[in-house]
Formats: sequence, C-alpha cells, structure tokens
Amino acid sequence: MHRVLVILLAVAIVCHRGARAGELSIAAASDLVFCLEDLHRAFAKVHPDITLKVTTGASGNIFAQINNGAPFHVYLSADMRYPRELIKAGLADEGSLTLYAIGHLVVWTASGEIDISEGVRSLTSDSVHKVAIANPEHAPYGRAARAALEHFNLWDVLKGKLVFGENIAQTAQFVETGNADAGLVALSIVLAPNLKSKGRWIAVPEHAYPRLEQGAVITKAGTTNSASAAYIEFLASGEARRIFDRFGFRLPE
Amino acid sequence: MPSVLSFTPELWQSIWLTLKLASLTTIALLVLGIPLAHWLNVSRWRGALVVETLVTLPIVLPPTVIGFYLLILFAPQNPLGKFWIQMTGHTLAFSFSGLVVGSIIYSLPFAVQPFQAALKAVPLTLVEVARISGANVLQVFWYVTLPIARRGIGAGIALSFAHTIGEFGVVLMLGGSIPGVTRVASIALYDEVQKLNYPAAHSTALVLLGISFVLIFAIAILQRRTPSDAH
Repeated sequence: MHRVLVILLAVAIVCHRGARAGELSIAAASDLVFCLEDLHRAFAKVHPDITLKVTTGASGNIFAQINNGAPFHVYLSADMRYPRELIKAGLADEGSLTLYAIGHLVVWTASGEIDISEGVRSLTSDSVHKVAIANPEHAPYGRAARAALEHFNLWDVLKGKLVFGENIAQTAQFVETGNADAGLVALSIVLAPNLKSKGRWIAVPEHAYPRLEQGAVITKAGTTNSASAAYIEFLASGEARRIFDRFGFRLPE
Repeated sequence: MPSVLSFTPELWQSIWLTLKLASLTTIALLVLGIPLAHWLNVSRWRGALVVETLVTLPIVLPPTVIGFYLLILFAPQNPLGKFWIQMTGHTLAFSFSGLVVGSIIYSLPFAVQPFQAALKAVPLTLVEVARISGANVLQVFWYVTLPIARRGIGAGIALSFAHTIGEFGVVLMLGGSIPGVTRVASIALYDEVQKLNYPAAHSTALVLLGISFVLIFAIAILQRRTPSDAH
C-alpha cells in the first residue's frame, strides 16, 4: 500500500514539473487557429530548439483557465482586455504585453444560394434562417458581432435567428457545414487556405464595432521560461508580420 | 465558495429545458427501447449481435463523436439533412428536437440494457401459458410481462433520465447555446464559468447536484425496498 502511494507521489511530482526546458506552451484565441500553423512553421526555422505546445479556444475561456492556474506560458488573446486583466491580477508580465494583430469581422456564407452583397443587412432576408456568431459573453469576435448588429439596429431583428458558437472557430464550423446559413466570423478564418474557396464573404464596416486589438502576454508561469521572450519577440518580427498580413490581420503601425 | 448564489429566471429556464429534454428522451426510449430489447432477446438473426453492439456503443463513445456525426449527416446539403428539414421545417442542429435525437442515441444503452435484463427474467412458460389461454400479444405484455419486469424497466427509465441530465458534449456540438431552446443547464453552467460569473455557475451546479442526488437516491430506495429478485 505504502509502495503504491510512493509511486503515485513520484509520478505526480514528475508530471508536475510540467514542460521540459525548450518546451513552450501557447494558449491562443481561436481566430488564430489556421494562422498559427504557418506562424509556428516559421518560428521553428528560427528556433529549432523550442518545441511549441498549442491550445486554442475562446479568449475568455483561456483567460478563465489562466485565472485558475492553467500552466500556459504565452497567451495570445483576440483582445487587449483579457491580457490587461491578467496583468492587473498579477498573473502576467506587464512588460511583455504586445499588440500583435488587429482582427476583422466579416459576413460569411458557404451557400451559393444566399446573397450577402448587402453585408449584415442581407441577414434579414427570409432565405437566411440561422446566423452564427461567437458567444458575445466570452468571445471577443462575439462582442464585435453584437456591437456591429446593434450599430445597424439589427440585433433585435435578428435575435431569433442567432446561434452561438463556443468560440469563433466553432462559429465558422457552423457556417462551413451549412448548418447555419451565414455567420459573422473572423477574416483570418475565411482567408485560411482550405476555406478560401468556400462560399463568399464581405467585410463588416470597421466603424460598426470596436477595434479588435489583439494582445499577447507572458503569463506568470511563462516568466521562468526563457523561450517565452523569444516567442513574443518573434511575433513582432518581419516574418511573423507577413504571415499575419496574409491572414488579413491589419498590423499595428 | 460562492459568496452569493443567484437563482435567476435564466437559470430556471435552463433547468426546465434539461428536465424537458430528459423527460422526452426517456419517453421516446421507453417506446423504442422495449420492442428493441425484446427483439434483441429473441432474435436468432446473426446481424442482431451487430445491432446490439451498436446499441451499446454510446456507453464508451465520446459524446463529441455522436455530435460530430449528427452535425455532418444532418447538414442541410446532405440527403438526411434535406429530409429532416422537409419533415420539421428547420435544421437538426440548433433545434430542441435535434437535441432529443442526440439524447436518444446517447442514452440508448442505459434504457435498452436494463430492459433486456428485465424481459429476460420473465419465465417463458408463463408467457406460453397465457398465449395458449387465448391472451393476445398486448394482453400478455400488459398482464404477464410488465408486472414481472416492471422493476427492471423502471431502472431503465430512471437511468436514461439521469444520464440525459448529465449530457453535455452532444449539446455543445449541436446546440448553438440558444436560450430557451438549446441552452440546457450543463451548457448554461459552462457559459457562466467562462464569463467568470461564479455565483450563477455555483447556483446552476448546486441545482444540478441536488436533482441528480435525489434521482440516484430514489433509485437506491427502490432497489432497497425489494431486496429479493423477482425470479
């Protein structure tokens, strides 16, 4: 019995040591899900010694997880609010906060039969039964979608058609499978290589929603990992900027 | 620990939705499950074993597998999805009836297995005697099978109900978190946690815990009351 306990304890300690040196754990907003593949391929060329472990999800979800002790080293949020909150709570390093991209909202449909040339106004058409948006309560793109619909006085009109994705990637998946006729999703997702030819999209005017400034930050757990700083530095590099550009993130000047 | 609990109308709406889903699923499983269990018991067809395997599969299958296949199979551009829209006027995804379909599959083994065991316990001779005495199939079921098998059938009902209350993954994949339609209590709890709204999360969790406890406790009492098996 005692021996079993000792073994369990040893296993627990070994596991608890977490990431090995040279291993960096990244938690990223879902709008980056396709962009990260290219980004990390480029990163691997510059830092072949660093292995990246990537988790994606709604920014609010990851924020809650870090608040509860999730061992991520670098957090790439789809807004600036969550990283700032972490800094305020002493859970992230203020000096590392980097504005790495600006997100854009688009109306997207995978159906050839739905006309979206009028942008969000097209969504009031009777041929559109379900409109997918990310959950405004914990996904920055959901908040942007709500703001845009309110800007055009369409929130109450469209309320009955709305379905909520758990994050922006699930929202896009609802549209991609055709279960939702259209959706308000991230430009970075519809520009992904495997989705580029799927359906049509039209940008939502930028004045209709608050700017989606996306911030990256090194968490408290990440400050002891030297690879964290290298990663943040890479995000600002010319190579990273070119990739962000390709995925439609207009870059901070 | 919760500083304040907050029992909002939204909370009760989600709890009500969960109970409605569990009730409808259980009724559907009762209607479908008993003939299916009976057929699985008596069938000599070789394929019956495959059917039994399929029925049992959801015990081990991650709910996300069920959710994913339903989402793809019933997408509007696919034949099944087209058929569903013709029948109901809406997509399977994002609808309450879609959740019922998902839950029936998800809880199927929790109904069919106890039903099978219960029906097996009915002595064949009794059924034969009743048939020879001129009772028709329904009469045999009502007056002979049901009284003997009722406890096992009750267990199947209770288990399917309880298991459906615990559903999360299928709904997360299919539901779209629509208040009053697909935002059941487990999803509402998940949403509240992500919002960092812990008072609401605690309240929902507490109600779910209470319901589940009462349910399992009731099953335990029912089993305790009749310790000796019918056979």
